[in-house]
Amino acid sequence: MTLENCILLATLLFAIGVYGLLTRRQAVAMLLCVELMLNASNLVFVAFARHAGGPGQILAMFALAITVAEVAVGLAIVLLLYRRHGHTAVDAASEARE
Amino acid sequence: MTVDIAFWVAAAAMVISALFVVRSANLVHAVLWLAVTLLGTAVVFALLDAPFLAGVQVLTYVGGVVTLMVFGVMLTQRHDGSVASASNVQSLRGAAAAALLFTLLLVALLRSDLPSSAESLAPDTAELARTLLDEHLIAFEVLSLLLLAALVGAVALARRGDDERGASGLPRARPRARGEAE
Repeated sequence: MTLENCILLATLLFAIGVYGLLTRRQAVAMLLCVELMLNASNLVFVAFARHAGGPGQILAMFALAITVAEVAVGLAIVLLLYRRHGHTAVDAASEARE
Repeated sequence: MTVDIAFWVAAAAMVISALFVVRSANLVHAVLWLAVTLLGTAVVFALLDAPFLAGVQVLTYVGGVVTLMVFGVMLTQRHDGSVASASNVQSLRGAAAAALLFTLLLVALLRSDLPSSAESLAPDTAELARTLLDEHLIAFEVLSLLLLAALVGAVALARRGDDERGASGLPRARPRARGEAE
């Protein structure tokens, strides 16, 4: 379980998250994909803390807390979008410009 | 050796469940697959000598974020269960972009000289606590302020629509369907 393997795993997870973010249309599904990507970055932080020292675990902990805040606000916005449009496909948000 | 086997099993489970997260048509299933990915991450954290972070991961992510997501799906899913799916062309483009990003990162990974140590350099939990509450105390307090702001903001956003509702608690006008004429 070298550092390379951990980063490889995180890279793969991040790429999967990017794929989902680009193809999914529902706001909640897009939030899920953002979670995947943030999770991958946390994995890299912890892997570096194990193999090279440094404050990687502290960074991962901060990232975790910020993620929770992001999910709370994100879901509130999704809820608002649903009340206004009756569905949560992100295309609906473009109407806000009109 | 055992650690290596555990790592690869966890890695395989994470990648497969991550693929289900992005491909699953049912949003509830996608959220539950995300929980599997996050649990796999917790296992990898434990293998990387970060047992405290593994615990925090299970508590906040699997316990908190996934529960919140299930509620989000529950509150916003239409009853007919229709899913706005992406077109094939868009799916292909997304896959190409993701593959390109992966290749770029892979090249960077292969070309860089990464440190690797046999013995663990990770801090133990006592050391982690000292660093967090001593060296990074300001950041820690700012983070708690951020959480408070996010909490208040989320409540304010989610309650905004309440004024527009009738006494029955239901929206007065039925929301227009997509593409319906004015």
